[in-house]
Amino acid sequence: MSEKIVSIKGLWIYRAGNPVLEDINLQLEKGDFLGLIGPNGGGKSTLLKAMLGLIKPDRGSVSLFGMSPAAARSRVGYMPQKTIFDRSFPINALDVVLMGRYSRRGLMHRYTSQDRQAALKALESVGMEDRAMREIGALSGGEQQRVFVARSLVSDPELLLLDEPTTGVDSAQQTEFYDLLCHLNRDLSIAIVLVSHDITAISKYVSKIACLNQRLYYHDSKELSNEDIEKAYGCPVEMIAHGMPHRVLREHDRS
Amino acid sequence: MIDLDFLQYDFMRNALAAGLAASVLCGVIGIYVILNKIVFISDGIAHAAFGGIGLGYFLGYDPLAFGIVSAVLTALGIGMVSSRARVSEDTAIGVFMATGMALGIMLLTLSQGYARDLYGYLFGNILAVTRSDALLISALTLIILLLVYLLYKELLLLSFDPIYAEAIGLPVKSLRLLLLAMVAFSVVILIKIVGIIMVIALLTIPGAIIRRHVMGLPAIMAGSVILGAIFVTVGLIISYEMDVPSGATIILIAAAAFFLSTLLSR
Repeated sequence: MSEKIVSIKGLWIYRAGNPVLEDINLQLEKGDFLGLIGPNGGGKSTLLKAMLGLIKPDRGSVSLFGMSPAAARSRVGYMPQKTIFDRSFPINALDVVLMGRYSRRGLMHRYTSQDRQAALKALESVGMEDRAMREIGALSGGEQQRVFVARSLVSDPELLLLDEPTTGVDSAQQTEFYDLLCHLNRDLSIAIVLVSHDITAISKYVSKIACLNQRLYYHDSKELSNEDIEKAYGCPVEMIAHGMPHRVLREHDRS
Repeated sequence: MIDLDFLQYDFMRNALAAGLAASVLCGVIGIYVILNKIVFISDGIAHAAFGGIGLGYFLGYDPLAFGIVSAVLTALGIGMVSSRARVSEDTAIGVFMATGMALGIMLLTLSQGYARDLYGYLFGNILAVTRSDALLISALTLIILLLVYLLYKELLLLSFDPIYAEAIGLPVKSLRLLLLAMVAFSVVILIKIVGIIMVIALLTIPGAIIRRHVMGLPAIMAGSVILGAIFVTVGLIISYEMDVPSGATIILIAAAAFFLSTLLSR
């Protein structure tokens, strides 16, 4: 039996009187790896925020593991869109990763040695254990990104929400990064929602694709019709698929 | 050889006690001011506090207590206004800052004997710290230390990455208001020592120097406290021996150390 990890039903969210999300329905189960694509301003980040419980639905419901998103926080790992921080901030990689244990410890409780163990383990799982004591600003962009992934993993989440995690990372590091996500998804069976604006980059890795532009175009599979994409992006597929209109989403489909 | 017999005077002991407590505050709160990039807000709070000091003076109550209340209200006001994002933060600060100063000058002028005290509040007079001032300052310092100890990991998260912090359930808005309130307390205390105009220098210089040489937040805090204590003590002694204004002496020593450390670390 597969467990419902994400269950979104009839979700509407308005901002300043206008709908940002319209009637979103989405179910994810254990082991799913969903690529969420769509044009800028299409509501991708808003949907993630609703899943994190940061925005309340105006209509409909969002539940994670059968609970409210706020109650499920300790089971969810989150990596925000390009973490903006002071590069000279006096903190080492290990302490950055420890921040991910906050949801387990709560207000005013100190981190324990168990938390430190978990942080070291998380750094190990992204291949950064030998950088644990390095200042975050002294690491390369790709290494910093790994540290932030470790931070989202350190609470042993069953669901990872990643908001455009490869912004500002070069293409070689991107490939490595997606391989890492595949490993987490397959070997640790963590469900992943990966937000991206780059269909071609992620279609090789994810198991399902949804396209969001106010409405969600999703068929519980890796298939999206050309009409879906045209509706979502408001332009022909060729424009976004670089001349491979009929194959772009299907060429890696093995099922 | 410096003569230590100045310690026999009450006013010198009060000054030293207040100065050392202030150094602890500078070291601990100052680095949060730097890391959260709220230097301008902190300066705004200091200036706005002058309104409260003037009011306390005018009504014949403890100006320091009134200053603290108005500084905290200003901090919360700025925090609320900026979190609603209608008025941009620096505009709000500018308004609070000038209004506070204008009120303070007006109310002090309407009170008697304003000239000497006006000077003291603007430029600081650590030698005028009374015993009750010193006790109040020490008590506030202890409270703030306790808060920072209890909320160390929360403040670190807030300072490093507020967007992530909010997403994982940290009460970011309340914490930011609390940090601003702690800054407000610290700033009013420092007004006694170096005056409104120079508060921001004492709050930020120790941390700005130390963070270039030391790794890790606890070490930076400890180093800033020691550095602040040196600035205040040396400034106090020079000011006493040479009969020059204490606030300006302390700030000039701090500034000299800052420029020296900048030159040396190149």
